[in-house]
Amino acid sequence: MNLDISLAPQILFYIGSFPVTNSFLWMIILTIVTIIFTLIISASLKLVPGKIQSIVEIFLEGGYDFVKSVIGTDKKARRIFPLVMTMFVFTLITNLFTYIPGQAAIMINTADGPVALFRAVMADYGMVFMMTTITIILVQVVAIIVHGPFGYMGKFINFKSPLSFVLGLMDIIGEFAKLVSLSFRLFGNIFAGEVLGAVMLFLAPFFIPLPFMFLGLLSAVVQAFVFATLTLVFVMLASEIEEDEIVEQASI
Amino acid sequence: MDVEAAKYLAAGIAVGLGAIGPGIGEGIAASKALEAIGRNPEASGKITPLMFVSMAIAESTAIYALVIALIILFG
Repeated sequence: MNLDISLAPQILFYIGSFPVTNSFLWMIILTIVTIIFTLIISASLKLVPGKIQSIVEIFLEGGYDFVKSVIGTDKKARRIFPLVMTMFVFTLITNLFTYIPGQAAIMINTADGPVALFRAVMADYGMVFMMTTITIILVQVVAIIVHGPFGYMGKFINFKSPLSFVLGLMDIIGEFAKLVSLSFRLFGNIFAGEVLGAVMLFLAPFFIPLPFMFLGLLSAVVQAFVFATLTLVFVMLASEIEEDEIVEQASI
Repeated sequence: MDVEAAKYLAAGIAVGLGAIGPGIGEGIAASKALEAIGRNPEASGKITPLMFVSMAIAESTAIYALVIALIILFG
């Protein structure tokens, strides 16, 4: 078999010393399309919504209700909603637009031979890793604001008993495990979908790849939802104060 | 056994063993969700998305195994 599958995205050309990969190019195009669409919608907002505005409103309202139902209060939901919804919309659009038929067949010639012009954005581990890093940093910041710097440190390093000391150290590993598991989940699903599609097209070009493409579509939507929801849940867990802590703070 | 053959074997074993647990777990999730919908059909709109999310999370260990296998094969 001579399938060309590589874990890293292929480099198309250089701007100065900055390599432009096919994932990066696709991401820039999709971002510009999304921004233009958003600007058009926000410029033509009406009191009596048209068709497209109604769809966008239903979509956003559904998202807001879901965020509020998970995180609890209206105040918290207002703060976290823009980030979570942006992550969801961005992941969803970049995942879904790889299923435009024919888009994967466009090749251009580079120094290393022909390379596909477009590639799924989330099949580039660097991109997923950066999005996950935003989530993890936000979770740490929220936790420090809620618990205070020393209270937050006390969660990890405490000398109450040998067991709780070891458990605290395990929690530090757990924080890093979040980074790995969250990023590998999205990357693995999208990359595996790409590879599966390529292998199936290679084995049988007609009809047989269709169920696999449907599976890929399903996982594209579900993974976008899961990524945003897990971000939301991590922030929710970090922003909650446990019962005994409330007593502690009240006594101080 | 040469290195190339060992690579293919290793990738196959990695995915095969890694997919056992998530397969069982997803089966349990789906069966419980269907049971719940059978008891209370009006709640299916709420149960189905939650089922998909939990299944996607249960799936992640299989995805890790798959990523390892792909790194072995193409990395």
